[in-house]
This record gives sequence, structure tokens and C-alpha cells, in this order.
Amino acid sequence: MDGLALHLADGVIEAPVAALFAAAAAGVVAVCLVRGRRALDDRLAPLAGLVAAFVFAAQMVNFPVLPGVSGHLVGGALAAMLVGPWVAALCVTVVLVVQALVFADGGLSALGLNVTNLALIGTATGYLVIAALLRVLPRTRAGLAVAGFAAGVVSVVAAALGFVGQYWIGGGVALTAGLGQVAGAMVGVHLLIGVGEGLITAVTVVTVARVRPDLVYALRGARLRTAAPAPVTGGAA
Amino acid sequence: MRRWRFLAGGLVACLLLAGVVSGFAATSPDGLAHAAREGCTIGPDGEVVAGTCPAQAEREHDLAGGPFAGYGIRGLAGDRLGTGLAGVFGVLLTGGLCWLLLRRRAPAGPTARARE
Repeated sequence: MDGLALHLADGVIEAPVAALFAAAAAGVVAVCLVRGRRALDDRLAPLAGLVAAFVFAAQMVNFPVLPGVSGHLVGGALAAMLVGPWVAALCVTVVLVVQALVFADGGLSALGLNVTNLALIGTATGYLVIAALLRVLPRTRAGLAVAGFAAGVVSVVAAALGFVGQYWIGGGVALTAGLGQVAGAMVGVHLLIGVGEGLITAVTVVTVARVRPDLVYALRGARLRTAAPAPVTGGAA
Repeated sequence: MRRWRFLAGGLVACLLLAGVVSGFAATSPDGLAHAAREGCTIGPDGEVVAGTCPAQAEREHDLAGGPFAGYGIRGLAGDRLGTGLAGVFGVLLTGGLCWLLLRRRAPAGPTARARE
């Protein structure tokens, strides 16, 4: 089986619980669509498309984290930084839907579980970290990189804990060793994947901020401050 | 940098990632697949020989026989070319869908598209 991190297959979580999560996720995604369309103008819709395309592409590139274990970008924190939390959750949801329906990655009945963990929990926690950190960090390249890295790590571990919670509610196999062992393995390995997520998020966001700072939602139109601020010239028309 | 140039550059980066770099990605089990086997003893062919773990309840994907299943193109299975072509298709499909979903005035009606 090819490694595609955090995409749950069918059957791992019992069907009624999966259906419940599907209904809840559909509701939240609908809210995201309403809020996202309000936040985004026609000018920025192509950027949302690009973010979704990038998340899809990056999810195809697994990187090794331990001998015999790999991981890949989830993308919620990165998308939240570039297009804001509502649109970001939509972008990752579109990626997961395409992956499940076209590429047979992530079970059809597990789609609600995967959207909940990766698109909703991943994006929400990533965005909360970004919002909190950018309140205290300077709007510099370094500040943006630190916020992106931390958001990436936290979002992946939170998404992994989402699976643990779902398994606790409706796991398909009674574990003789207990859920704690699986939870420990999930958190441990996703801390490592989170480091990769954080690095990719930081590098990508800083790259975009250098070229087009106005396209970074987290900067809210503010220009990236450089180490030596440019002298202010007054009187220009 | 002009906006269209930025978008075009970003799209090229996506196509390179999905179309070329993806063929060289790690193929070992991912974090979830790894953790879902915690508690089980795994045999040489990846089958569970003892213990209990979440992965035991995994079922095969309903669309495992689809033309692009597993990020490939049927007939080019396990091939870097197949993976790359499937990746290019996925990038265009994902980006296009998301763009259409968020356009304010989509010609066919945005909600109709959202439900497709």
C-alpha cells in the first residue's frame, strides 16, 4: 500500500459513527462555503484554486520520517495562512473529495472522518496558532516563518488526535492493548510529519510573501517588514 | 510581479510537483498506516499474524478498480509516467473545481456546481 498519510480507509471506524461525522462535516463545510465566498472576491478565487492544486500536488510527495514510515503535507495551516481559514478548509475539502472519488485514496464512507480531521481540525488549529502568534511576532520574514512552522506542527498533531478521538467513539476493532498505544504511535509519528509540514508551510508562505505579500491572508494587506525599514519619503502624489 | 504571472508560476510548480517529483516520493507506509498497525504483529507480506490493531478492519476502496485509482493510470500502473500524468490531471481538476466553487458569479449557478 502506498503511503498517503492520514487518509482513513473504509471500515476502520464503524459505519454509523462515520455517517455521523459525514453529516457534521457537510454542515461545517457548507458554513465555510458561505463564509469563504463572502471573504473572497473574484480576483482571489484563482488563488484559492492554486492553493488547492498545491495541496493536492504536495500530498503526492511523501517524505520519509522514520525507517519504513513516511508522511506528506496536509496543508490546512498553509492554506489558512494564504487564503484564510474558511477558504482554506474548502480547499483541503476539495482535495480530499477528488482524492476519494477519482484516485481511490481515503474511503468513500470515511470521507466525513477525513474531512473532519484534515480539512476542519487541521485548518482550524493551524489558523488559531497563526492568529495567536502573528499577534506577538513581528511581521517579518522570520516572524512569518515561525508562525507557519508552529501552525504546521500543531495542525498535523491535532488532526492525528482527531483520528484517536474517532476511534475512541467508534473504532471497528476492540484493541486488547488499549487505544493508548495507538494514540502514542499516532502522536509520535505525526510530530515528525508535523516538522515536515511546518518546514514546507514556512518556506512556501515566506516565498509567496516575498513575491506578492498582498496575497498572504495572514498579513492582511500589510507589507512584509524587512530588517532595515525603507526610509519614508513624503510628499509623493 | 503581475498576478497572472504569479498564478502561472504557481501552477507550473504544482504541475512539476505532481507530475515529476511525485514519481520519486517515499513509498513506505504513512504515519496513519503505521500507527494503525500498532498492537499487531505483521508478517512478511504485510498481513496481520497476531494481535489486534485498527488496520484489521480496513476494507478495500469501493473505487479501487477506477481508471485513476492509487494515483496512476490503468495500464501504466506503478509507472512514473502514469503517476505523473495522474498527478497533472489531479492538479488541474482540484484547482479548477476550487476556483469554480469560489467564483462569485459562476455561469451555471454556484450552488449547483457545489453539489456536483
